[in-house]
Amino acid sequence: MRRVVITGLGMVSPLGCGVDHIWSRITNGESGLGKITQFETSDLPCQIAGEIPVGETADGYFNADDHIAAKDRRKLDPFIVYGITAAQQAIEDAGWKPEDEESLCRTGVMIGSGIGGLQTIANGAVMIEEKGPRKLSPFFIPSSLINLISGHVSIRYGYKGPNHSVVTACSTGAHAIGDAARLIQMDDADVMIAGGAEAAVCRIGIAGFCASRALSTGYNDTPEKGSRPWDKGRDGFVMGEGAGVVVLEELEHAKARGATIYGEVVGYGLSGDAHHITAPPPDGNGGFRAMSAALKRAGINASDVNYINAHGTSTPLGDEIEFGAVKRLFGDNEDVCMSSTKSAIGHLLGAAGAVEAIFSVKALKEGVIPPTLNLEDPSDECQGIDLVPLEAQERKIDVALSNSFGFGGTNASLVLKAFR
Amino acid sequence: MSNDVADRVKKIVVEHLGVEEAKVVESASFIDDLGADSLDTVELVMAFEEEFGCEIPDDAAEKIVTVQNAVDFISENV
Repeated sequence: MRRVVITGLGMVSPLGCGVDHIWSRITNGESGLGKITQFETSDLPCQIAGEIPVGETADGYFNADDHIAAKDRRKLDPFIVYGITAAQQAIEDAGWKPEDEESLCRTGVMIGSGIGGLQTIANGAVMIEEKGPRKLSPFFIPSSLINLISGHVSIRYGYKGPNHSVVTACSTGAHAIGDAARLIQMDDADVMIAGGAEAAVCRIGIAGFCASRALSTGYNDTPEKGSRPWDKGRDGFVMGEGAGVVVLEELEHAKARGATIYGEVVGYGLSGDAHHITAPPPDGNGGFRAMSAALKRAGINASDVNYINAHGTSTPLGDEIEFGAVKRLFGDNEDVCMSSTKSAIGHLLGAAGAVEAIFSVKALKEGVIPPTLNLEDPSDECQGIDLVPLEAQERKIDVALSNSFGFGGTNASLVLKAFR
Repeated sequence: MSNDVADRVKKIVVEHLGVEEAKVVESASFIDDLGADSLDTVELVMAFEEEFGCEIPDDAAEKIVTVQNAVDFISENV
């Protein structure tokens, strides 16, 4: 089987723009969560989120002008802007800018989103009610479609290989990386630009997740405390936004051009809960089966996994159920630790799996485990595994597993291995 | 009147297509000279409607392919 390695990383998140800057902040225990500033929240039960910090690129902030011209941004929902930005960073990081036709045809893109152009769709609906359908922009549809990140990246760089997109709610980013890796393994491409993007921190997005009772509502005055996976005080997730994109590459292809290799994608497992549209089954068997399948594919024993980047959204039900499934599978592994980076940046929905795969790869490369912030008093049901509370830990690790679970009962696990 | 219309049309074209003002001459074609695509031209016509408070029917819009075409249509119909 062809082996797949990661040779480029890109990220836009509530902790900034650019992987190195975000990594230094998240391992330093900083939070990207705050009061929502972009729209009116006084009538919403949840008034906190992880918004993208805007400022100078050189300082680690997001400056849209440095990535996409203003005249073009008018035609793009923010989720596409974030996706293109993260892809641009990952491609520059990998140094992969082919010009010959064969290489262009062997490079593909698979960047997804959980929801897509929610703000654009909401604005368009109001527009046709108030001013009539003739006032709707010709760019309304192409600025909302989920697969248009893949489309724009392909057009911008001339990549003519597989052009695909994933839509599996909060599993999107993990599924995109796993599926894209398979395309390389199956020889459909040598290089894939893969990941996820989301920009649902808008009035209708927050209202919608409030309506399904998924968001934290008890920390509106202390937003940085709102996301607290496994802690007794947790009361729902805090939404974040942004994008994570990686460059995946066939091993020999990467070696031949002397690329920097961050790690290897050695395992990928998928499963369905067949249970409920928003709740996981009490025994967590969907997550359990995804993790088991990923380990089997990797040919790695549970005892050899060093770090798990959990789905860990900070919901009362989900955290405990995932913990139980992990305990069942890794119970004999006393050295494994698990953290939730959603404690620092919130839940990036369709971008989460990609962002968290990047954090996992950085943990492998740097020997530092990012912490679970706000984990002051773990639930009684969440005892017996080191959940990396409050502060990062230095550990030399070889194997990391990253979990992502989505509405609809869709689960994905990635197993990533250090490349030395 | 028509000078005023021409200035306003040019301003919209510069803003929407992100092109240099000097390139937006009367004879310039939106697609061939100013880098617009077919969707850009639809949006341009909508911007003209907004600016001049008029409605440009689709069959007329299809014939507006240059800056001069836009100025002529607006001068004659608004």
